[in-house]
Amino acid sequence: MDPTRPPTEQEKFGRHRPLTDRDAHEINRVEELSYDLKVREVMAANVITASPDMPMSGVLELLRTNRISGAPVVDGETLVGIISLEDIVRALQKNELSEPVHKYMSTQLVTAHCTDSVVESIKTFTEKGLGRLPVVDEDNKLKGIITKGDITRGILLAVQHDYKEEEVRRYRVSHLFEDIISDRTTLVLRYNIKAGDFTHGGNASSHIKRALLRLGADQKLARRCGIAAYEAEMNLIIHTSKGGILKLEVEPHKITLSTTDDGPGIANIEQVLQPGYSTATDKVREMGFGAGMGLVNIQKCVDKMELDSAPGKGTKLVMRIIVPPETLNSQKG
Amino acid sequence: MHMNLNEIISLSEGEVLTPELNTDVNIHGGCCADLMSDVLAYSRPRAVLLTGLTNPQVVRTAQMADFRAIVFIRGKKPQTETIEIAVQENIPLISSPLGMFELSGRLHDAGLKSYENNGSD
Repeated sequence: MDPTRPPTEQEKFGRHRPLTDRDAHEINRVEELSYDLKVREVMAANVITASPDMPMSGVLELLRTNRISGAPVVDGETLVGIISLEDIVRALQKNELSEPVHKYMSTQLVTAHCTDSVVESIKTFTEKGLGRLPVVDEDNKLKGIITKGDITRGILLAVQHDYKEEEVRRYRVSHLFEDIISDRTTLVLRYNIKAGDFTHGGNASSHIKRALLRLGADQKLARRCGIAAYEAEMNLIIHTSKGGILKLEVEPHKITLSTTDDGPGIANIEQVLQPGYSTATDKVREMGFGAGMGLVNIQKCVDKMELDSAPGKGTKLVMRIIVPPETLNSQKG
Repeated sequence: MHMNLNEIISLSEGEVLTPELNTDVNIHGGCCADLMSDVLAYSRPRAVLLTGLTNPQVVRTAQMADFRAIVFIRGKKPQTETIEIAVQENIPLISSPLGMFELSGRLHDAGLKSYENNGSD
């Protein structure tokens, strides 16, 4: 083993390595899915049912031939009860197998609604200790049945689907950079920003964010770049005399955002980097900007920020973001 | 606890200003501010933004910071441009007659978490 090599995660932490951002993202996604997925999307729609007037002996036969331990009881389409093997045993004890289902069925029903999030059913399963729930619509009509297994399967399918979409997206991106061979490939997007054009403020940043997502950046990276670009764009709108240029340069391993303008320039750069220092007008403040936090925010979002300015000449702001290895197309091509 | 946007609409006694957008949206938390730089600096993605500002920059801010919906307080209604951008960027807009304190309190009581912390998530 190379003694200069840093220890791997496994060597450092044993089997129980700490959660990485990526793990946290996956967990978050599953939690998110449990809210996004609706019961109707994961339930089984073909349900074997009993009717209230059929004899208990009929139910016994129904359960036996279908190898199930219980069935919802429906009158027409409306859910009126649940009948299970236990109820049949009770009927057997009294020798009443010819009695109708409605005499033995349970009418205290715990149900799931088809428009509920899956997470609601998970709560019900946990609280009531039940194995399956009949699914009804708003008119109490039976629509299906849901088990814990259905939920797990539904979430796994959705995760798999996500994963495929992600793969396709990454494939598309890697094409852009990999098909074009050069010693250094850079994609440059340039936006002219007008001074005082508040109505369109943020349009360029919005395009930048969308472009990055399309290039395969994950939400977190796109958000960081979007926020930095937006603050920089608003600075051009608020503070320059004639506007300026907002530029995005994308390379496989890094993203560079920059703004250039030709005035009025900044006299004291240290001062403008102080949180809360602002020269903004009341109009700008009324719009929710000009609190003296713009550059501070940018510094938080990017890996490196350089501000260069001379009064009377202009300002150049450069923001560099290192692309994490597994995002964009910087993974092995 | 997450909350469905439809539940937030009903708790806020809100009026939906973007009827063309789907409101069956899962919201992870809430954040209130009238200072857009604060929103950009101290918020986490997938939240709802409660604000008294109604200009188009609010929607741009929400879009940059990955908010899922915006509620305007005290019955404020935004200008047309704001609504147009919101529809284009798929960020539902709601107008609530309640004040910021009352509305935040209601949502917090109902279990919606604060997403104002400085998370980088």
